[in-house]
Amino acid sequence: MAFTAFSGTAQAAEPAVRKRSPIALLLLLPGMFYLILFFVTPFFSLIITSLQEPDPLRFGEFNNAFNWQNYVIVIETYWEQGLRSIGFAALATLFALLIGYPLAYFIAITLRPFPLLQALGLVLVIAPFFISFLLRTLAWKQIFATEGPVAGILSSVGILEPGTAITGTAFSVVFGLTYNFIPFMVLPIYSILATFDLRLIEAGNDLYGSPATTFRTVTLPLSAVGVISGTLLTFIPAVGDYINASRDFLGSADTTMIGNVIEANFLVLSNFPAAAALSLLLMAFILVLVGFYVKRSGTEDLL
Amino acid sequence: MNRPLPEDPMIRSLIAQAKRAQVSRRAMLAGTGAGATALALAACAPASTELSPAEDNSANDPNLNWANWPLYIDEDDDGNYPTLVRFQEESGITVNYLISVDDNNSYFATVRDQLALGQDIGADTVCLTDWMVNRWIQLGYTQELNKANMPNASNLIPSLQNPAFDPGRVHSLPWQGGFAGIAYNVERTDEVRTVSDLWRPDLAGRVTVLSEMRDTIGLIMMEQGTRIDADFTSDQFNAALDVLREQVEAGQIRNVRGNSYSEDLVNEDSLAAIGWSGDITLLNLEAGYEKWKFILPETGATLWNDNFMIPIGSTRKANAEKLIDYYYNPEVAAEVAAWVNYVTPVNGAYDAALTIDPELAENKLIFPDDATLAGVQVFRGLSAQEENEYQAAFQAILLGA
Repeated sequence: MAFTAFSGTAQAAEPAVRKRSPIALLLLLPGMFYLILFFVTPFFSLIITSLQEPDPLRFGEFNNAFNWQNYVIVIETYWEQGLRSIGFAALATLFALLIGYPLAYFIAITLRPFPLLQALGLVLVIAPFFISFLLRTLAWKQIFATEGPVAGILSSVGILEPGTAITGTAFSVVFGLTYNFIPFMVLPIYSILATFDLRLIEAGNDLYGSPATTFRTVTLPLSAVGVISGTLLTFIPAVGDYINASRDFLGSADTTMIGNVIEANFLVLSNFPAAAALSLLLMAFILVLVGFYVKRSGTEDLL
Repeated sequence: MNRPLPEDPMIRSLIAQAKRAQVSRRAMLAGTGAGATALALAACAPASTELSPAEDNSANDPNLNWANWPLYIDEDDDGNYPTLVRFQEESGITVNYLISVDDNNSYFATVRDQLALGQDIGADTVCLTDWMVNRWIQLGYTQELNKANMPNASNLIPSLQNPAFDPGRVHSLPWQGGFAGIAYNVERTDEVRTVSDLWRPDLAGRVTVLSEMRDTIGLIMMEQGTRIDADFTSDQFNAALDVLREQVEAGQIRNVRGNSYSEDLVNEDSLAAIGWSGDITLLNLEAGYEKWKFILPETGATLWNDNFMIPIGSTRKANAEKLIDYYYNPEVAAEVAAWVNYVTPVNGAYDAALTIDPELAENKLIFPDDATLAGVQVFRGLSAQEENEYQAAFQAILLGA
């Protein structure tokens, strides 16, 4: 959705005359139909819903209107949760990058002479996916329990006051987000580094570049595409995530993210216009941010 | 009009291009049409017209879909439901038992559009909690029950016969009920007797309360001396809300949870909680001894029921009524109660239970006596306006907004 906005430059290379084949159109049809039915329709529905006003007589019912104040109200009410979501997601993306890049580098480059170990390393990154996202998050809740192993060790060495809660804090939510999205960071970086020409590093050494300089001026720029897709793949789902910050998982009233607000408005409060307005604002925010980010990093090719 | 094309190759190609452009204009029109269709689809929100019940086709259709909560019917080791198997044999009706309700709100969100159009929701009877039943009845989403088809329905215990949301039980009949009270870990903390005991310094950060507004706020209101089954005011509701907000913000209440509060009790993140009677019975059963004590505070506990309803779009009303009637047979009710550990609404089930399992029959949380029932209150039905206002204020605390 975001990506058509940035593809303007791609048109120049169009060949002058292209033969139109009805088969191509026919093949496109199911995809177009799918998109119209499952993306365009709900999208319009969301816009319409976000502008609805409450029925004056029947409570809990909404009528179509142009009630743009819905947007003002949700921003005023939930700006704090919105900012928190961005902050948490940014932190999680940063930590995932700090952990994920060395991991991808290790698997793709250090382990390259050992294909078997490399395959094993990749399996270890992907393996958690074979277990449900919810179960993994619930497991962390148990591990971080007040009477659990982590709190036990930390309090026995005096870092943590006994009885301190680890779950329900900003730490546990950012931890959960980082943990759950690390594979999304590792895999794109890995796929770039896996085909990275090691002779370039040799060349860097031959030219008296220290390992750090070689990394900074050769390896990192050449793997930037992987880093950018990794950060996008981590940040976008993380900012709208409502599992980790949910009160039933690692969060509490202090760590509510925008996904939880949307869920509560939609399911519990039946305030559909507010939920729709928040969803659209979140979409718009991600669109603008991604556009800005991609423009700045100069990698339109990525999209 | 079929003129030969001019000779000049430049002009020829221009004309050819123009022809292609025409095609694509047509294609664009088609695209616009698709967009309009999408808009029309998006706009077909349920119309708010008077709903009429679907025609009953039970005589020709010996099937029934029953939507219910998890772990809410007797089950044997092979995963069969003994009482339901017997019903199918006796009645010749094939029952499709759906465990599709795990939250009143999310279930309602799933089916509300079909209900608003009077369509079948894939369930011919569904068991939901009192306040949600209230909403369905107010919105006209239920069919009237025909008591002539349900002679056993007269076994309903008197205290549940005339709830405010459904006087005379025209639209609903209870399936199971339970209490919300206080549970605490007897090994880790001193006796907890009242709601304000939960705010003791030694329990700081070790208390969980329910995300079910009526139970948590209800218990606090009763402690403040407000009757929740009578016409309390917004001020009285807000007074209880203030207590909750203060304790959440102070960190005394560690978390506000739904069903998952029992996990917190087990891993001892929480040493005391506002919880549901049946859950605590089950936890103690799993622990093998009474590790958690469940009490009904002297100031009052809440009583809630989940109730059978027949959705407006069901074409199998008579079949559903046969099923409900079957479960109002005291022996069947006792068998279910013995398994699910919740309160049965059927008169005579206690006597039946005495023969199945005398110890169970003496459990006041499953077969409450008059003294127990005198200390509990049912949260009164809220008007839609109150529901919106109170729920918004309650959720604001939960979201930290």
